[in-house]
Amino acid sequence: MSEPISEPSSESRPRSVWLRFMPLVVALVIGGFLLVGLGLRPKEIPSVMIGKAVPVFDLPALPGRPKGLKTADLKGQVSLVNVFASWCVSCRAEHPLFMKLKGEGIVPVHGLNYKDEGPAAIEWLRRYGDPYDRVGADLKGRVGIDWGVYGVPETFLINTEGRIVCKHIGPVMEADLRDKLLPAIKALRQGDTAQC
Amino acid sequence: MLMALLRRLVFAFCLASLITPAWAVAVDTPLADPVLEARARAIHKQLRCLVCQNQSIEDSNAGLARDLRILVRDRIAAGDSDKAAIGYIVERYGDWVLLQPPMKGRTVLLWLGPLLFLLLAMGLIFLWYRRRSGSTAAAVAAAPLSADEQARLKALLDDREQT
Amino acid sequence: MIAELGHYALVLALSVALVQATVPLYGAWRGMAGWVGLARPAAIVQCLLVMIAFGALTYAYVTSDFSVLNVASNSHSAKPMLYKISGVWGNHEGSLLLWLLILVLFGGAVALFGGNLPAPFRARVLAVQAMIAVGFTSFVLFTSNPFVRLLPAPMDGRGLNPLLQDPGLAFHPPFLYLGYVGFSMAFSFAVAALIEGRVDAAWARWVRPWTLAAWCFLTMGIGLGSWWAYYELGWGGWWFWDPVENASFMPWLAGTALLHSAIVVEKRDSLKNWTVLLAILTFSLSLLGTFLVRSGVLTSVHAFATDPARGVFILAFLIAVIAGSLTLYAIRAPAMKGGGLFAPVSREGGLVLNNLLLSTACATVLLGTLYPLFLDAVTGEKITVGPPFFNMTFGPLMVPVFLAMAVGPMLPWKRGDLLGAVQRLKFAVSAAVIGVLITLVLAYDGPWLAIPGIGLGVWMIAASLEEGAYRLRLFRAPIGESLRRLGRSTRSAWGTTFAHAGAGMVIIGIVASSAWQVEKLQVMHPGESQAVGPYQFKFEGAVPLDGPNYAAVRGTFRVSRDGREVAVMQPESRSYQNPPMETTEAAIRTGWGGDLYAVVGDPTGDGAWSTRFYNKPMIHWIWIGSLMMVLGGLISLTDRRFRVGAPARPGGAARAAGAAASMAGK
Repeated sequence: MSEPISEPSSESRPRSVWLRFMPLVVALVIGGFLLVGLGLRPKEIPSVMIGKAVPVFDLPALPGRPKGLKTADLKGQVSLVNVFASWCVSCRAEHPLFMKLKGEGIVPVHGLNYKDEGPAAIEWLRRYGDPYDRVGADLKGRVGIDWGVYGVPETFLINTEGRIVCKHIGPVMEADLRDKLLPAIKALRQGDTAQC
Repeated sequence: MLMALLRRLVFAFCLASLITPAWAVAVDTPLADPVLEARARAIHKQLRCLVCQNQSIEDSNAGLARDLRILVRDRIAAGDSDKAAIGYIVERYGDWVLLQPPMKGRTVLLWLGPLLFLLLAMGLIFLWYRRRSGSTAAAVAAAPLSADEQARLKALLDDREQT
Repeated sequence: MIAELGHYALVLALSVALVQATVPLYGAWRGMAGWVGLARPAAIVQCLLVMIAFGALTYAYVTSDFSVLNVASNSHSAKPMLYKISGVWGNHEGSLLLWLLILVLFGGAVALFGGNLPAPFRARVLAVQAMIAVGFTSFVLFTSNPFVRLLPAPMDGRGLNPLLQDPGLAFHPPFLYLGYVGFSMAFSFAVAALIEGRVDAAWARWVRPWTLAAWCFLTMGIGLGSWWAYYELGWGGWWFWDPVENASFMPWLAGTALLHSAIVVEKRDSLKNWTVLLAILTFSLSLLGTFLVRSGVLTSVHAFATDPARGVFILAFLIAVIAGSLTLYAIRAPAMKGGGLFAPVSREGGLVLNNLLLSTACATVLLGTLYPLFLDAVTGEKITVGPPFFNMTFGPLMVPVFLAMAVGPMLPWKRGDLLGAVQRLKFAVSAAVIGVLITLVLAYDGPWLAIPGIGLGVWMIAASLEEGAYRLRLFRAPIGESLRRLGRSTRSAWGTTFAHAGAGMVIIGIVASSAWQVEKLQVMHPGESQAVGPYQFKFEGAVPLDGPNYAAVRGTFRVSRDGREVAVMQPESRSYQNPPMETTEAAIRTGWGGDLYAVVGDPTGDGAWSTRFYNKPMIHWIWIGSLMMVLGGLISLTDRRFRVGAPARPGGAARAAGAAASMAGK
């Protein structure tokens, strides 16, 4: 049985030329996106809090340490709020930088002690140094949620109006401080807007 | 699945310093009122866990997932509507936490995509059939089968089909 | 020493692959028999060399040679032997080596058993296969070498993750890779055909068994993976539309479409262009899956642990393979003229509809999986595309697939009568109606969407059976006639019957288990009871327990129905030390009606425990149905046409006449 009917081969179909290249074009476009994707960080979820006023909260101080942290404390000057905990290993990596900031008096750093136990946090600060001006103890992590915290450590930059300017996820390293945070702080102090 | 898991594991280890990982299934204390509890659970299933891969907070035992579950229960118990309770979380963490992305300008292509694919595929096939039927007519006109040929053809095809 | 041997074998395999990728191709082009003849021995040698490499790594695992970094990082001397072996592919480097091993095994199989292929064509197939091997061997050698030494050797290894110490998971990756990599055969055949500029029925006959085998493996792999997730992760879920799950599902959808379109090429000499494209796309999606899983573009593992060099390497390889083959396609496709014509309502038309819907579904899954990446790349905005999106888009696309799946096999080739086909399915129509009515009575309070869902599943199972009966003229002809027909009917038709009925079972399992699942979550004191659907779970208490390499808490529940005890369930919550991790061992009792599922959680501190129970009606149908689909594929694989192999390409008329004669002779 030969095919009883066969397609006439003489018929040329110019309109299908572009069609033949479609799969290639689509594949290349997807490939391009994947290439861009290699440079993205899908896990870093941008904070929706940026540009907003800091949440309304009032946290008590750590046991035996003066000065808790509340909304009003964050108005009037440029400051950093660092979310930390004694159980957080990578917090130790960024700690010396905050000690340096304190030692050189560059910018006040406040601590948000996230889901920690008071005595453990105090012991931790005693051992590694206490770089914080004010520290609020967020035992249940509720205030952390209000700030949109999803991992520790996180660091927020607050302007003089008490608005969140930017958020750094993960430990702050030398380069982050030098290239991101310090220039932003400088701009804010000069009354400019800043972002990082 | 395996790689999904490996990735989750690698991630869990890397995050160990950030958030304590846990793999055991979370079973926490439900609300006393079964109606409110059911609503809270339904909301849990719609919210993505922030520290895990693609799990809802219902399916995760990460510390934050548990905190968020409790938070949702508290909001529901305090009289929030489902929408308000979800809004409360979205206000703090953004659209990212919604497992079902909201229909917005930027997700139009996502939501309409499947329909566009279907229409495109149907259109291409329609054109293909039409072009071919055009050439069929031409071919048949050129060489029509005799009744005898038709019968033999049919016999062959039937046999083929059934074996 | 052994590890170095493995490393050396792999280097040799790369050089053999380089030769195999070039020399036979040139020989086939120039018509040089000696050069063409090189393909076969090269493929076999390459296969042996990779086997040596894989054997060397396995040896290092079995003997717990911790001076090999890969072993030290992923194994432990106290592990049971099965998991020492499965540990070989329980990590990035080893799993790539397994990928490569399967690739060259397929190549070796073509070399050994492809005697019915014309020599130049076989040489081209093996050369394309070797090009893929070159890419993957270099990937292993240059970015992911499993034979790197660790000196001084540690006293013991870091262990394999306890979640991976499970028989279901030990065999899941090999099946998955056999499926993924098996599609490379379809790809190589397609590219070789493009180079030759010719696709015909014989080509389809050669491609189909390889594709079918790959499809069976992949179905099995996905089934095992979802089953493992179900019983091991303890959330009662079995499919999460996770990007990595989607990565295995997309080639499955495309491969399913390919299986069906290849039938049209084989029987009717039509849809050639499309089938070749589909063969390329199916393997491309397998490669995409490999990339997505290992590069970290869809999660941020990348930012922490993944080596960016790996991602770049696979992406470059991926683009080279896909762009190369698609360019060839764009140039050569017009050379392949379609043959047989058919009306939209016909067997071929049904298969076209199947392809239309499966491709759309596949594109939908691809869109949903990559959309967060697209949006992030373009706007920097991050969103989540989770299960609700896939359920809302993929689900509706499957409904017409299932409706058509039952009717398609009843339609004759070329031109059919839809009404007539449905009329011949009167048993299936009535079965579906009865199914809906029974469901309505049993589940009068909904959910309403589930009721037609059950009807759809019943329709598919009944229609598959009816189609089988129709083929035998069962009850319409003397029984002797039916038996005679059974004896001479082709196995591939029975494969269809089984696979389609299996798909119907999967639907029923999915619909019933999600619509009528009962889930209870509560805090219980010992002695308390909880009702779960018609069952009563009585908590007897929880006790600590020591396992071989973990500590556990085991809860005991006595389950009764209507006052009669039906089961004692003992879920555990385990804490492993190496590496530290907590896992849930759900207790699952499978009965005819479905599964009971119990999980014990944390103590609340006042002597009570948090507990979670499910009653999941008919959930096991999902896996029984999947097995039926695999079985259908296997039955089809034993079809005489595939076993005997197609004759070397005769001309169209002679071939068809011969085929018709042989059929008449049977």
